[in-house]
Amino acid sequence: MSHQTELQSIERAARNRRILKKSFTYLMLTLWAALVLFPFYWMVLSSLKSYSAYNAEYVPKFFTLSPTLQNYADAFTTVSLGRYFLNTLIFTVVTTALMLIVITLAAFAFARLSFRGRDLVFSLFLALMMIPNELVIITNFVTITDWGLRNTFAGLILPSVTSVFYIYLLRENFAQVPDELYYAAKVDGTSDFKYLWKVLIPICRPTLITVVILKVIECWNSYVWPRLITDREARFLVSNGIQEIRENGFGRENIPAMMAAVVAISLPLIVLFLIFRKKVMEGVSRGGTKG
Amino acid sequence: MNVTLEHLTKVFPSRDRKVKQGTVAVNDFSFEIPDGELVGLLGPSGCGKSTALYLICGLEKPTSGRIYFGEDDVTDLPPENRGVGLVFQNYALYPHLTVRQNILFPLQNLKGEERPSKEEMLRKAEEAARLVQIEQYMDRKPSQLSGGQQQRVAIARALVKTPRILLLDEPLSNLDARLRLQTREEIRRIQRETGVTTIFVTHDQEEAMSITDRIIVMKEGIVHQIGAPQLVYDDPVNLFVAKFLGNPPINVFTGRVAGGRLYLGEDPVLEVSGAPEGEVWAGIRPEGFRLREDGPMGCTLRAVEVMGRDMSVLAAHPACDTPTFRAIIDSDSRVDRKSQEVRFSLRPAKVFLFSKETEERIPAILRGEEGR
Amino acid sequence: MEQRNGKAWLYLLPAILFLGLFMVYPLIDVFVYSAEEGYNSASQTYFGAGLYNFSYVLHDAYFLQAVKNTFILVIITVPVSTALALLISLGLSSIKPLRNLYQTIYFLPYVTNTLAVGLVFMILFKKTAYTDGLVNLILHWFGGNTVDFIDGPHWAKMFVLCFYTVWVVLPFKILILTSALASVKQDYYNAARIDGTSSLRTFTRITLPMISPMISYLIITGFIGAFKAYSDAVALFGTDLNAAEMNTIVGYVYDMLYGNSGGWPSYASAAAVILFAIVLTITCVNLLVSKKHVYY
Repeated sequence: MSHQTELQSIERAARNRRILKKSFTYLMLTLWAALVLFPFYWMVLSSLKSYSAYNAEYVPKFFTLSPTLQNYADAFTTVSLGRYFLNTLIFTVVTTALMLIVITLAAFAFARLSFRGRDLVFSLFLALMMIPNELVIITNFVTITDWGLRNTFAGLILPSVTSVFYIYLLRENFAQVPDELYYAAKVDGTSDFKYLWKVLIPICRPTLITVVILKVIECWNSYVWPRLITDREARFLVSNGIQEIRENGFGRENIPAMMAAVVAISLPLIVLFLIFRKKVMEGVSRGGTKG
Repeated sequence: MNVTLEHLTKVFPSRDRKVKQGTVAVNDFSFEIPDGELVGLLGPSGCGKSTALYLICGLEKPTSGRIYFGEDDVTDLPPENRGVGLVFQNYALYPHLTVRQNILFPLQNLKGEERPSKEEMLRKAEEAARLVQIEQYMDRKPSQLSGGQQQRVAIARALVKTPRILLLDEPLSNLDARLRLQTREEIRRIQRETGVTTIFVTHDQEEAMSITDRIIVMKEGIVHQIGAPQLVYDDPVNLFVAKFLGNPPINVFTGRVAGGRLYLGEDPVLEVSGAPEGEVWAGIRPEGFRLREDGPMGCTLRAVEVMGRDMSVLAAHPACDTPTFRAIIDSDSRVDRKSQEVRFSLRPAKVFLFSKETEERIPAILRGEEGR
Repeated sequence: MEQRNGKAWLYLLPAILFLGLFMVYPLIDVFVYSAEEGYNSASQTYFGAGLYNFSYVLHDAYFLQAVKNTFILVIITVPVSTALALLISLGLSSIKPLRNLYQTIYFLPYVTNTLAVGLVFMILFKKTAYTDGLVNLILHWFGGNTVDFIDGPHWAKMFVLCFYTVWVVLPFKILILTSALASVKQDYYNAARIDGTSSLRTFTRITLPMISPMISYLIITGFIGAFKAYSDAVALFGTDLNAAEMNTIVGYVYDMLYGNSGGWPSYASAAAVILFAIVLTITCVNLLVSKKHVYY
């Protein structure tokens, strides 16, 4: 019988260990989740406090009983946040659209068409992937300045309408589509362009969506290039706008209004992410790094 | 070590929250596996046989019921304390470790006094490798081995800590046909040499029949029949077991018992006693047919296939459940291929009657007409 | 076939045009710039070619400060963020209920604007006349001394920068590691369990080797990313990073190019080339090390 009790004590020990481990895991995960969420909570909270209430709190309060939307009104009226939004939207949409055209055409040429020197050119393209942006941005800055394109959308957009990495990603995807489809289309007398438009693009839509998502995130958050190329408020994007607000905005200390602007700027991408959660995470794990 | 299962049940909660009822993977299993036997757990895909195996080794917890190894109740014991060896369907060899490191792995987990010395471990690993005849590949990585060799490594890894029970999950399914034949003999040999109680799961009845001491036929979580392969084949308890065992499969006819006779359509084929009057399923093994010009069963001849030793006759009969049925007869027999008709008599031992409603076997006694 | 050739080039034309103009030409040009001594964009003149620009940059106190800051940032954030991401991913993959929720939360920093959320961090850490800020409040509760993390001592500023950087880079690492862990077949763990492998041994002998390619990938990209740190620092300390003694190498490049101290593309180029050389060296070392330790 003692043998049986021994077995039971092994069972009990194993069970306790399991429960302990689970609880510890959840504790740790929740702790980190709190750490991630807290800044978001704090910015929403601060944006809802009135200016006087916020500044009266020497010890900040973790909640507010008299929320106000005044800060949001201020954020859109005192500084041209609306303008920044519109600029960013135009910048994002146009850049992404142009980039899609450029990379689709290039990926198609590499994946489907055969021409002399294709492999060589493709290798050269791949080699360009290693070049960090910081190395080329200096000359680009000078180029755009020389062309007189500072403070224009063209100046903002042109240098970022190609991405070697996305061409590569798309080419790989195009190459996976069986040759037979192409030959079948050729037999039916379909032109290359029509094949690309009617067959390849629909088949490879998931990859294109991935590319769009990544590019939109990149555009919405881009800071360095816009900062170099714009010094007139009329062309600021949200990142520059927020920096401007921080340094010269509502008078240095209107933090609630600043937080309202931060919430407004952060919201679009967060909403987009929550809607396309799966797609975004899939896309990022396939081909994204930040920065 | 004999293994006893008592009313073992495993219910997987349903994914869909709206459906309250879960999937019953294993339903009220009760049987005993005697020490040192090689037992085949046989059933169609998705019948819960892998779940049963996982319950025995402890990777899954049963919903209810008990599991005993010998006298020990191991139901709630974690797998590492059960002393089982498991060979996975796709072997689960650690790809970054060499064959030797793979085999050593379980030994290196042991702690305290159970842990053998380094030399002892190496000796045991060599021994296990010799048993499965892979000692010349000890320093290779699994990816450098063929499927059959990987299988052997997996068996060696499972055996190296001398488990009380060896479990194999579909051990042959990833091998090609020729290797499969060879490997199953190998499993039989290794089991004989070590004498370890072995349970293996398979969906291939031929595999199970050929090497096991005992088979357990199951379907949809329920055990249908347990016994020595030949006995189960010769005496199936229901239509499912009869259909599942045997290749080519059993032929199923709609029969009728009337006045002490079994009729297939209009043909009175056998004398029968102990069966209630009325419609029945009649299962006839392919080898249960005899070619007789005056046989009671008249059929339309469809095709004749000569397969060396035997001959396979494809014929049609109005009472048959399928468009054609298959009879295996000696190749000595003469069949007039041009003839439209062919007549058979039946071997009573190869004919089973099943209830139309429950598909359970009817314990009837059948006699041939000529026996009179 | 000839006609096909032409058409293919037509498809490639936009890409080649843009890449040539904004990548290949600048790439060559940056080396030219870096060799042109004393180039001034206002007068568009220079007085010789040589290594003077490099020498200038390497003797510039601001640059040395930037290099020091960047190295501290890299050395702290890369190991910390990778280890933390590994821990969190291990925790995530060991649970079932609430897993999606946690995953979604952990990913949020990835989709937020670095500049905008940086402001929130600044407020949390900053000490002003009106308030000590939340972090200092908590420090105070635990009996610590309050510190101005934004305008105070260098170590405190460095701490905030590292903390924020880790916060920003973790989502990507967690995502990659969680999917790497998910791709390890359950059978390996089952096999290990049956053999009574302890959790630690399962981790070091099975999990770690199996996900080592992904870890090595994360370390390499982590190094590259951290060496290019810039906007996180701007978000916390404002655009005048030199004054805050918190500049990074990339920040130095931009400051040389543009802004109050700008107009010196040659110095900017020299600094960028030095940065590139550092990153290239470190990446090569990384690749060599990982070749030895990574199982593919």
